[in-house]
Amino acid sequence: MAELTVNGHDYEVHGNVGATLAETLRDELSLTGTKIACGEGHCGACTVLVDGIPTLSCITLVHAVDGAKVTTIEGLRDHPMVHSFVRADALQCGFCTPGQIVSAVALVETKRKPSTEEIRHAMSGNLCRCGAYPKIEEAIRTWQD
Amino acid sequence: MARLIRTEKEVEGRYEEVWLVVDEDALEQWPAGPREIVGRPAERVDGLERARGEAVYTADVKLPGMLHTAVLRSPYAHARVARIDVSPALAQPGVHAAIGPADLDQLEEECGYQGTPVAAVCADTYEQARAALAAIDIEWEQLEVVLDPDDAVARKQLVGEPRERARGDYEAGLAEADVVVQGEYRTQVVLHNSMETHQAVVQWLGDTLEVYISTQYIWGIREEISDTLGIPGDKIRVVCHYMGGGFGSKNSPDDFTFIAIELARRTHRPVRCALTRREENLATGNRNATIQRLTIGAKTDGTLTALGGEYVNATGWSGWSSPVEGPMQQLYSCPNVKTTTHAAKINQPPMKAFRAPGFVEGTFGLEALLDVLAAKLEIDPLELRRRNYASSDPGDDRPYSGKNLLECYSRAQPHWDRRHDVRAQSTATVKRGVGMASQVWYGGGGPPSYAWIRVGSDGRATVVTAMQDIGTGSRTAMAQIAAEELGIPLEHVTVTLGDSARGPFASISAGSSTIPSMGPAVRAAAADAKRQILEIAAQRHELDEEQLDIKGGNVVSSDGKLDTPLAELVGLLESAQILGKGARGPNPAGMQVLTFGVQVAEVAVDIETGEVWVERIAAVHDVGRVINPLGAESQIEGGIIQGIGHTLSEQRLHDPRTGQILTTSLDAYKLPTIADVPEIVSELIDEPDAHLTNLGSKGLGEPPIIPTAAAIANAIRDATGAEVHELPITREEMLRALEEAKERERAAAPAGV
Repeated sequence: MAELTVNGHDYEVHGNVGATLAETLRDELSLTGTKIACGEGHCGACTVLVDGIPTLSCITLVHAVDGAKVTTIEGLRDHPMVHSFVRADALQCGFCTPGQIVSAVALVETKRKPSTEEIRHAMSGNLCRCGAYPKIEEAIRTWQD
Repeated sequence: MARLIRTEKEVEGRYEEVWLVVDEDALEQWPAGPREIVGRPAERVDGLERARGEAVYTADVKLPGMLHTAVLRSPYAHARVARIDVSPALAQPGVHAAIGPADLDQLEEECGYQGTPVAAVCADTYEQARAALAAIDIEWEQLEVVLDPDDAVARKQLVGEPRERARGDYEAGLAEADVVVQGEYRTQVVLHNSMETHQAVVQWLGDTLEVYISTQYIWGIREEISDTLGIPGDKIRVVCHYMGGGFGSKNSPDDFTFIAIELARRTHRPVRCALTRREENLATGNRNATIQRLTIGAKTDGTLTALGGEYVNATGWSGWSSPVEGPMQQLYSCPNVKTTTHAAKINQPPMKAFRAPGFVEGTFGLEALLDVLAAKLEIDPLELRRRNYASSDPGDDRPYSGKNLLECYSRAQPHWDRRHDVRAQSTATVKRGVGMASQVWYGGGGPPSYAWIRVGSDGRATVVTAMQDIGTGSRTAMAQIAAEELGIPLEHVTVTLGDSARGPFASISAGSSTIPSMGPAVRAAAADAKRQILEIAAQRHELDEEQLDIKGGNVVSSDGKLDTPLAELVGLLESAQILGKGARGPNPAGMQVLTFGVQVAEVAVDIETGEVWVERIAAVHDVGRVINPLGAESQIEGGIIQGIGHTLSEQRLHDPRTGQILTTSLDAYKLPTIADVPEIVSELIDEPDAHLTNLGSKGLGEPPIIPTAAAIANAIRDATGAEVHELPITREEMLRALEEAKERERAAAPAGV
């Protein structure tokens, strides 16, 4: 059993020993915006914020984040970054997009106007097989427009 | 009147003759150029739900009581199941059913590649199912592996017959040549690795089967399940509202769907069968490796006299022989061409179509060798290509329905002209250069494809068709086409797709065919609805319908006297709806429908370390009318980025002794990241193909990935003089090529120097 604050709501979750944060969010809390694409921390699709830090939820055991504040894509639905991604066409199939947006939000929380280099550094852990990268960069560059 | 015709149908370069009923495609094409909505950038109509994580992918489908499946796969590249007993798995916690080769055709006893499915277990959770696999009692007999494609060809161990294609007299063409160049090129195995892995959730409802599946072809899934299991098509409902990428790998139900269907039948529960990323890297298809032994003969003025290719597709345990010889056959005017293509059956996972299968690989070899020829003849590579321009199909002399490759070359010229400045930026250790390559591919789509439209009394329209949007933005393009034809704002159009029970037959989303197949059907349906609306308006307002039109959501008369919101007119009907239907007309008879393009790459090569950076790619493509320039730009960028991965980093590796796959994770298999992306400049000719449908649009999914590798290889040659012969261009390959270039230089130097 673990206590989590997810998108501002308090939950007691019952994940089995070994359950990951991603599975718990998706299966127990039905927050399926967080995607699992590799399940081993290589692609970034499962990125959520744990106490504000971008975290790979597919390789984070839920018990290890007991008491943490978790923000998922569902908690960022009205964030300007979401609209910036749509405006810039920064998504194609969209499966990696929630993770991309969570990472992008974490970046602009620390630096409102990141440079191209900073964007590329911060986002290089989020794979996009469709190759929406140029537009992702643009979305992050123009998110306050 | 419905007309029955016999016509040629092409998918991914494979042709078949089919019977077809067509409605007359009576609509005139719109004039070229941007319209009110078509031809102007549009945000994805489903962008918000995808970005917010609200879109329900197959991975998110959770049905009450759903069980989870784990599949036991062969750990060996070639082995026989000597003995298997799945029953011990049934005693494991949470397990509901277990099946083996005796229970299902798709589970195999002779396993020709690592990852062949052998048995499957379903349980309350995936972890339980996976744990139960260990309880299956199995004994393996390992068999000899054949991994070398040339070895397999020598043994006549082939997938299908060799493909011989010839025109003219190849030997005479060689004899006629002033210069002959030869080269051997190799390309690697590349994996689709869509972000959403292959998966299905199935359930039986009485005698009806519901299949939620991540697919590029809803109707293909329905048909294959129907044919395989003998279930009437209308008793199978296939659903895919959103899907997380396919790139050619998700055209059929595959073994995982049949496993889920059988387990659901046995347990009377919904069953999910989802592949893990590791399984995805083994058993869901790939762009197979190729060996290309090529010869080009030419006159001193660059005129091609002979093209010859001995191609080997390392197809894998099964699959089909991709048209790797296609570019050599189709790209240039050359009277004498001879190619042979063997498909080697080896103990590696089966190939599947992957974004322009064969043409990506074949263009690399052909276009790289063409630059060797250009250097030998001291002809500008772009000029050499212009001189060998084909003005009709070189194979059978059919006219092109539309071809603007020369215009692509013209628009590429300014990018090509940068090469002197780019080269000048070279340093002692980092050399810079520019290379280019041409592209030819299919992408004309074809019938049958259907769409319905309903216009409600609120004046809003819904496009209903059972197609799928695999991430290319086809939902948005259909909305634009419908809005344009109906004369209503884009925001007033909804597109419902992704459900075989809720819409007519629709095209596969492969072969760059969704827009050229579906777009004309949607326009025809919208025109049908509009015609009815104008008839109603004419009666209501006692005007001649010839005078009436719908503009900006209003019904207007040409004399300006009537300008009333559409909702006011159709609002009279209360809950009634105007229903339109449309079908895709035939392709132009006797014509070759193809797409063309050119890319120009700029690279930097560190000649000490062999590292290659792609710094800029300019792309000019000709795909007829562009529906959504914003989405089109995304397609081009995505294709080029996949092409860069193919050229520089992606490679499935196997143990050369055992055939076991060494790269099964996204850590080992190197996809491009945002940090690997160069400056990309793209341009589309945007000239409607006057002979093709009521739209003049071709597909753009595949063309942009085709010339990228060759353009990069040619830029490397321009920068360093080194000729790369293998993809990916690893540092080892780069250093080898640099060393070879040095040797060549030394050998060519006069004695005593």
